Amino acid sequence: MMFIDPHIHMCSRTTYDYLVMREYGIVAVIEPAFWLGQPRTNAGTFKDYFSSLVGWERFRASQFGIQHYCTIGLNPKEANNEALAEEVIELLPLYACKEGVVAIGEIGYDDMTEAEDKYFCQQLALAKELDMLVLIHTPHRNKKAGASRSMDRCIEYGLDPSQVIIDHNNEETVEEVLARGFWAAFTIYPQTKMGNARMVEVVRKYGRDRIIVDSSADWGISDPLAVPKTAQLMLDRGIPEEHVRAVCYENALAAYSQTGQMQASDWLNPQSVDQRQLFNGNSVLRGQEPGIKSVSDYVLIE
Amino acid sequence: MNKVNKLLHHWLLKSVSEKAFAWLEQKQAQIASGAAERVFFTAFSAVPRYLGKQDLQLTFDDLEAAQDVIPGWYPDHWSVDQAGRTLLLLALPYDDAEGYVRSLDKFFSTADMGELVVLYQSLPLLPHPELHRHRAAEGIRSNMSNVFQAIALRNPYPADYLDNAAWNQMVLKAVFVGSPLHLIWGLDRRANPELARMLADYAHERWAAKRSVTPELWRTVGRFADSAIITDLEKVLANGDIHEQEAAALACAESPLPQAQALLSRYPDLQSSIQKGNLTWNSFSRDGLFVYK
Repeated sequence: MMFIDPHIHMCSRTTYDYLVMREYGIVAVIEPAFWLGQPRTNAGTFKDYFSSLVGWERFRASQFGIQHYCTIGLNPKEANNEALAEEVIELLPLYACKEGVVAIGEIGYDDMTEAEDKYFCQQLALAKELDMLVLIHTPHRNKKAGASRSMDRCIEYGLDPSQVIIDHNNEETVEEVLARGFWAAFTIYPQTKMGNARMVEVVRKYGRDRIIVDSSADWGISDPLAVPKTAQLMLDRGIPEEHVRAVCYENALAAYSQTGQMQASDWLNPQSVDQRQLFNGNSVLRGQEPGIKSVSDYVLIE
Repeated sequence: MNKVNKLLHHWLLKSVSEKAFAWLEQKQAQIASGAAERVFFTAFSAVPRYLGKQDLQLTFDDLEAAQDVIPGWYPDHWSVDQAGRTLLLLALPYDDAEGYVRSLDKFFSTADMGELVVLYQSLPLLPHPELHRHRAAEGIRSNMSNVFQAIALRNPYPADYLDNAAWNQMVLKAVFVGSPLHLIWGLDRRANPELARMLADYAHERWAAKRSVTPELWRTVGRFADSAIITDLEKVLANGDIHEQEAAALACAESPLPQAQALLSRYPDLQSSIQKGNLTWNSFSRDGLFVYK
């Protein structure tokens, strides 16, 4: 089975992860712009980060047969440094139209401060202006209210719910998100957000429509194989295969392909998309062959 | 309109829809008349959405015409979005050289991989070529192979403008990442003793790790071979496969040292192929190597 991990922070993962992910059937990833654990102190570091999302990271993934897309945005937490946020907002149009940018995101609320609200709204307006999708990060604290208000704001700024993916849902938020017509994404992340056994029950209860599974794997203790492993658990526990395929592949594709920056032919027929990106050799591989077949090839380092 | 613009226009007209072409012309006009940088940025990024990414279908005559305008410019691998982006780049006002380079720096600093490829492969076409030396040397440091190749391969800029230190780094890196050396424009003209020594050292590193060495490496070594390098060539001739032997023989043939000629005479078949003109670096690259297209 093929998988998409539509929310994973590959810049904090190793090249080896790409190798293993491909082996487990992950064909495409979306990397939402995010914070870095410690707050950034100037706009230049945002610029370099955005550049790596649309450039280096995309290339690194392609060398392992994984298509890499990203979303560009000022994350909620760092919106609270207003002087910095102003400069970052200025940077966004320089990146929003680049190839492989599938949405403005992940944006939304952390503390639900006024500053967060201000820059969230500015980014919703930008998404509307550029006819783009939006990826919403729902807060860890006061999640239910944060999710509701995020959706209210999206509607207020003229976005159609089908253009908005609400992420980091749980059993408490899922009903409202689905009832209002938004995409409901779930992050399988140890100890927080959503567990994979709980995810099985969510799919059992709510079915396949507009539900998306992702890993959000980053520099924390997290698993870049969370999507394929959750799919396996669903199959083991009797979820029909077509439902598993929908929530671990098809729905993410349907949601994020709406702006034309991502389509199945990108990975089903990658050579016709851009052969130049798979040209011979590069320094990630340090002289090794691209298209390595198996993790076990690396047991002996020659 | 200058000659490069004319060619690119002509090629694009053959390949993209009228609507896409009209969009591009409108953006060109805006940029040429001094529109805000944001117009250039968003248009430059958005080109593939309007023009697509299919290859330009260039004929032999088209490629000849490119060579006539700028020797070494060989856009046989260019796509329509790359041609379109180059036209936008060429629309930028450049009378104020300092301001022009400052703008270019800004574009380079926020460009994605596809955009970087266009920026680097367009260097030989841009105004004020002598001001882009530092930028070209920077492109060679890229760890994205296609960005590196955009500057190193089928691009006359490095041979025409780089100093020896940057040039040598480029050739050595091309060997290191496995790029086909014969696609480096001006390779033979810019060969030098320091490069020969660096390449021979690199071959020793590879041998120590029991790895193979691309036979193309010997192409820039022959004329500057000293007795240590002749010993290397002797080893390649004795132990190498046929392609390695051919390359080493060609290198010997180019060496003025009697020692090299004596070595070559021990391989009369190769020697006579070279003398008859049947074995040359060009035929070697065409027949002996897997040529990446």
